[in-house]
Amino acid sequence: MLQQLGMGMLTSVLIFTLTLLGALPLALPIAFGRMSRFKPLSMLMRVYISVMRGTPLMLQLLVVYFAPWFVFKIPLSNGYRFYAVIIAFVLNYAAYFAEIYRAGIESIPKGQYEAAEVLGYSKRQTFSRIIFPQMVKRILPPTTNEIITLVKDTSLAFAIGVLEMFTLSKQIASAEKSMVPYAAAAVFYYIFNAVVAWAMERIEHKLSYYR
Amino acid sequence: MNVLEINNLKKSFDGREVLKDISLSVKEGEVVAIIGPSGSGKSTLLRCATLLETMDGGSLSYLGESAAAPDASGKTVYRDAAKLKEIRSKFGLVFQNFNLFPHYSVMKNITDAPITVQKKSKAEAENTARSLLAKMGLSDRADAYPYQLSGGEQQRVSIARALAMGPKMLFFDEPTSALDPELTGEILHVIQALARENMTMLIVTHEMAFARSVADRVIFMAGGVIVEEGTAEQVIDDPQNERTRVFLAKLTRE
Repeated sequence: MLQQLGMGMLTSVLIFTLTLLGALPLALPIAFGRMSRFKPLSMLMRVYISVMRGTPLMLQLLVVYFAPWFVFKIPLSNGYRFYAVIIAFVLNYAAYFAEIYRAGIESIPKGQYEAAEVLGYSKRQTFSRIIFPQMVKRILPPTTNEIITLVKDTSLAFAIGVLEMFTLSKQIASAEKSMVPYAAAAVFYYIFNAVVAWAMERIEHKLSYYR
Repeated sequence: MNVLEINNLKKSFDGREVLKDISLSVKEGEVVAIIGPSGSGKSTLLRCATLLETMDGGSLSYLGESAAAPDASGKTVYRDAAKLKEIRSKFGLVFQNFNLFPHYSVMKNITDAPITVQKKSKAEAENTARSLLAKMGLSDRADAYPYQLSGGEQQRVSIARALAMGPKMLFFDEPTSALDPELTGEILHVIQALARENMTMLIVTHEMAFARSVADRVIFMAGGVIVEEGTAEQVIDDPQNERTRVFLAKLTRE
């Protein structure tokens, strides 16, 4: 049983890692699009974010998984399950992160832009050297919240039968008529989150050298 | 030669005319103080001169190089981005709220723009920064972060940051308004020292002591126009215009 759960654990960690690797960077262009003065683009991003935040992640997961078949008549393959999870999670989490980034960017005082402008920094240099580092510090607490939610959300992959931790513990629990697998899963998620919270705290601490 | 030359500057915000046909030139080595009630347009004038705000009408040039000038229809047109970047390097601006970069140490605040923008070597930029910090009496604060400094120290760092770019002219936007009264002296001393070195400066201020002790010329603005200008003795001690008198009387009563 432990071996099986261990495999599920690996899958959960993989979903978590790939989602972050995809969503954290993808959120930046979405945030920029949302803040763009080009109205059609900012409207599009607004709608995108609103849909992603306004509908259940589980439903989005099913849509991403079944859409190729229902829309394009592409037969579903077993291997696609996992990719569907990653695609849906990245698209969903990027929307949340984008809003966090936007709030972070908009919270940087105008004076920082003006000081950089007078000193001759280009727009790109201003963002990468002055705004972005300060934004990262400000968005850490809400980002930590989202990341912790993501740890638990990985269990939603059971909806399309991806063999992650929760799916497996459910299977084992019904096969062995035992609560133990659920308890093991709970312990796993808890420890996973403790590690994540600890890591985020370390980063926050590292950035506490200035106010 | 005029370091700064502004002619017929007009600026409106949402149809409200904030600057009505302002012309102003500043000679090399000259120190000009602009005083006036809030809403008089003096900050907007400074922001137009430093390219933080675009002018609706008029022309702007530094050391004979045009930054913006009216086209045939009279609408003010700015030069391209590369030219404006070059023109920006001719002046520095010291803000009311310092606007230091909080995530950079004092040293990095002063050296980052010379390295990033002017492509100076790190060693050269740090040498310049060290001598500027010594001049500001902040040699021991190079490794501190802005939040660890007093307001007066932060403002001196921001002056050093502006000077590190080698500007031909410095603008000050109410440099002591965010400071406790007892700290304005430090900034005044720095500005006086710069004046002795023949730095061209334009200072928007509420501090009459500033205008009196460093300015070669004092300009009184109200309602978007230059109401009166002359030496400090002329404008502050013997104002000819009623509006100037009312403003100064209010200040002394406070």
